[in-house]
Amino acid sequence: MQGFAESFASAAMLILTGDPALWEIVALSLRVSLTAVAIAALIGFPLGAALAVGRFPGRGAAIVCVNALMGLPPVVVGLAVYLMLSASGPLGVLQLLYTPAAMIAAQAVLVTPIVAALTRSAVEGLAAEYDEQLRSLGIGRLGAIPTLLWEARPALATAALAGFGRAIAEVGAVLIVGGNINHATRVMTTTIALETSKGNLHLALALGALLILLALAVNAAVAALGARPREALHA
Amino acid sequence: MRDLAWDAEAPPLVACHDLRFSAGGAVRLEVPRLHLRAGAPTAVLGPNGAGKSLLLRLLHGLIAPQEGRVIAAPEVRQAMVFQRPVLLRRSVAANLDYALRAAGEGRRARRARLPDLLSQFGFAASARQPARTLSGGEQQRLALVRALATAPDVLFLDEPTASLDPAATHAIETLLAQADAQGTKIVIVTHDPGQARRLGGEVLLLNRGRIAERTPATQFFAAPRSPEGRAYLSGALLL
Repeated sequence: MQGFAESFASAAMLILTGDPALWEIVALSLRVSLTAVAIAALIGFPLGAALAVGRFPGRGAAIVCVNALMGLPPVVVGLAVYLMLSASGPLGVLQLLYTPAAMIAAQAVLVTPIVAALTRSAVEGLAAEYDEQLRSLGIGRLGAIPTLLWEARPALATAALAGFGRAIAEVGAVLIVGGNINHATRVMTTTIALETSKGNLHLALALGALLILLALAVNAAVAALGARPREALHA
Repeated sequence: MRDLAWDAEAPPLVACHDLRFSAGGAVRLEVPRLHLRAGAPTAVLGPNGAGKSLLLRLLHGLIAPQEGRVIAAPEVRQAMVFQRPVLLRRSVAANLDYALRAAGEGRRARRARLPDLLSQFGFAASARQPARTLSGGEQQRLALVRALATAPDVLFLDEPTASLDPAATHAIETLLAQADAQGTKIVIVTHDPGQARRLGGEVLLLNRGRIAERTPATQFFAAPRSPEGRAYLSGALLL
């Protein structure tokens, strides 16, 4: 029990003193996951809107696929991206394996279906409400997409935050394509796994506490975004 | 109110020929010929399910006809106001700006027109307010102003005051009278015979998807020509 309490105390010290090794890892985690979410939003917002308003053969199947991909196991994504980026893979020439870029790619693959599926469901509801009004104003099906995305902005922010929560917390994909290299590709989750297995609990605990704080902050942000439009409607 | 002359020589703003629309195995609308010309308002009356909203949507082009044709020249500007206003989740001003942009007005023209529009219709004080926080009556009035902002030649309205109180209804009807005076042809579906009378144009009575009667409003309310018209006014017209 002695060691346990000591670990908590030194974990708190690490956070409070702003330990450079700790912050290096946190900063890389944020950089990788935020960039991955930005890429996923760039692809997922228009893709989700197109699935919501588009009328094309295979639309139903595409929606089922995107919804199913929301639950992609991170290790499988890691494996797939690894195969693409490995020396003998189709993108091997880029030499991205074991770099933050590879980790960003893996997390973007993981998060894009989440953003796209949540966007589709939000935009579909709005499209039904706005359909006649927008067509009456002379706006076509494709022309309506930017309008609908803007009208759905609280839901899109929620989708992006949900994607961020998934990216920052996953360990399998970044471990496989990043390799958990010290000072290069070590992020919060991979560090926790490694340090725990080494018995170095205080760093793992400090990172775990920060991760939980981040999760809380993300959920608080989602809740705040969800509350605002409802207030506006009742005002 | 202007006089009730409908110039039979003028080309119709909107027309339909041999229009037929079925749904669920039943004919919902069958209109062999209808020409709507510039002039006093047309109030479309009839019981629930008579095909009034369907006719409006077909004429406005929101629904494609299954049989027959709807003829609307592209230079004839149309607009429509729905029973429930669909405002964008933006400010009052941004809602009007959106309609102007959709109508192809450039940025500079919009920036010049917008303040005038807002003050002309009494929205200057609420210009920056989120449109969906307006009261129900003000939301519908904004939807009407948005429709009028592009100076349409034809304005379709589908029971615009069905869920409004008398004061809000009066505000809408005042705007409609203004638009009528400025030459916008008003085609309004209503369940309120009093509204049709106040607008003072003609009455188009629909029953079971067919036009039962088309008569100037004063004549319709004094002595309807059709048995359906008499039954409707006595409250006996049922589907």
